[in-house]
Amino acid sequence: MTLIHNFSRNPMALTGGLLLLVVGLTALAAPIVFPSDPLRIVAPALIEPFTNGRYPLGTDGMGRDMLAMIVHGAGTTLAIGISAAVTALLIGVTIGAVAGYYGGWIGNLFGRLIELFQTIPGIVFILALVSLFGANMVFIVLIIGLVSWESIARLTRAEVMAWKKRDFILACRATGMTDIAIIFGEILPNALAPVIAVSTLSIAGAILAESGLSFLGLGDPNISTWGRLVGEGRNMITSAWYISAIPGVAIVITVFALSLVSDGLGEVLNPRLRR
Amino acid sequence: MSGGRSLPSPYTDPLRFDGAVKRRASRPLILLRRLALRLLTHVLPLMLTIIVGTFILIHSAPGSFVEIMSSEMQLSDQAMIDRLNVTYGLDKPLYVQLWKYLEAVGRLDFGFSYRQNIPVTEAILHHLPATLILMLSGLAVALLTGVASGIAAASHHNGIVDRILSMVGVFFFAAPIFWVGIMLVILFAVKLDWLPIGGMTTIGADNGILGNLFDLGAHLLMPAIALGLHQSAIYMRVTRNAMLDAAQADYVRTAFAKGLSSIAVTVRHIFRNALLPVVTVLGLQFAAVLSGSVVVEAVFNWPGLGSLLYDSVVARDYPVMLGIIIFSSLLVMVVNLIIDLVYAWLDPRIVLE
Repeated sequence: MTLIHNFSRNPMALTGGLLLLVVGLTALAAPIVFPSDPLRIVAPALIEPFTNGRYPLGTDGMGRDMLAMIVHGAGTTLAIGISAAVTALLIGVTIGAVAGYYGGWIGNLFGRLIELFQTIPGIVFILALVSLFGANMVFIVLIIGLVSWESIARLTRAEVMAWKKRDFILACRATGMTDIAIIFGEILPNALAPVIAVSTLSIAGAILAESGLSFLGLGDPNISTWGRLVGEGRNMITSAWYISAIPGVAIVITVFALSLVSDGLGEVLNPRLRR
Repeated sequence: MSGGRSLPSPYTDPLRFDGAVKRRASRPLILLRRLALRLLTHVLPLMLTIIVGTFILIHSAPGSFVEIMSSEMQLSDQAMIDRLNVTYGLDKPLYVQLWKYLEAVGRLDFGFSYRQNIPVTEAILHHLPATLILMLSGLAVALLTGVASGIAAASHHNGIVDRILSMVGVFFFAAPIFWVGIMLVILFAVKLDWLPIGGMTTIGADNGILGNLFDLGAHLLMPAIALGLHQSAIYMRVTRNAMLDAAQADYVRTAFAKGLSSIAVTVRHIFRNALLPVVTVLGLQFAAVLSGSVVVEAVFNWPGLGSLLYDSVVARDYPVMLGIIIFSSLLVMVVNLIIDLVYAWLDPRIVLE
């Protein structure tokens, strides 16, 4: 309870949490408010935003309702971000924990693995893999997870290294607990707080990565995301600049909210960091 | 000096000088040893893993280059296809191909781009300067705005300036690079018509060295800002926190106690020490800057490595893709190696591991 209390007393974290709630509710409400296919052509093309009550955000070059497309994009965006971040979390925590818990060649090897993924520029790797194996959304989510676990792993490693020196871990060893039981049952629950804060930020990172990919026209062709809307509007910036601008605002709000929540969580879960 | 005892000399008195002078004398040697050690234990094994890993990955993808090409050109003559396979060495087992590739990469030869009909190394070197110019300018924007606003935020710690700057920082972190780029284009190229909409130079214009530099600068401004603003948020946060950390250190209290002015303490003692974490982040973020420049290049039609990568991805030009992955990883590693040395040089406490 004190966690929620502290969190709600942090004005930036509260702002972020509320914004995120709005995005989440939008995602849930999408099928109710706009039950039909958002990519349907419903009106004349290029109605400017705020000029027509039926289409508050206007229509794009093909006459599709901007608001409907953006509202429907919220769920897709959150789903992509969260599943990619969960993938990154699973990989990162496992590799970080092993690298931190074991010394010697195992720890060294896993440490090198972290360095390896720190070295390859993420987008370069994502673009190459998508080109090789096809732009399927499940696959894209997995690839984004695969290139973004490195910061989680580094943090987990540092935390595990610090915790494993404590006396109670020595006691656990003395009672004959297995390494896996010690890592997952004793160390990780203690070490997870800062990792969770960083993972929230990796949802934001994943959303940015996917939107970049979609913007380049290399996302899943069957799914309309905010990044793709920005990319599609790009050819019309001289005549209808709002088509690119508006979906971008949606991305900014979501990632902004996630960053604030991540900062807030970091401060609440780790009071030492507060200044 | 008439007595038998001479004054303690820095070179002889072990208690007073504890080898400090000696250490300075051998410092270049220490740095050199550090460089050699990092090359052997980090750069070589990592590069080898990256080359082997991406090579296997690319060759496990469905459809070899010859298959793609023959289907695109509607080539059905099996003898011709076999001949192509022999020409490009695709008839050999994978480990033979890999060994040949490793040998070639050792000579900085990344193979041949069948799409562009030039060696991959040539294509990469041709596009490299544009990317380097963009990345360096983007980094300059990021460091200047980030460090300056970080100092401002730290000196108004928890005040209104600090909060506003941190909000602005989070905003630019949250705004996708490509979107910021497009917004800049809409405002400064479409609406105001102050800056060119894209590209690196005005085609067909030649106004002498100065005029051409000015032309390049005008084309560079928006891409560099789009790339830099996203990064600046990170530098702002690091600078702010490092300044706050350094401000609490004992040597700062001592400096104040000596009666130094607040500006002198801030510049000479706090800022210099706060620079170390900034240098660390510079290395950690270099791969991200490279990633960012790929996207920025796509927005502004900047003719760099990112554009080359994009073209090769669309055309499934595997040798170029492989070459860019390896080359860009090498670039990141070399930069980190340099940063590691700079760090060791900046911080006299670091000797050898």
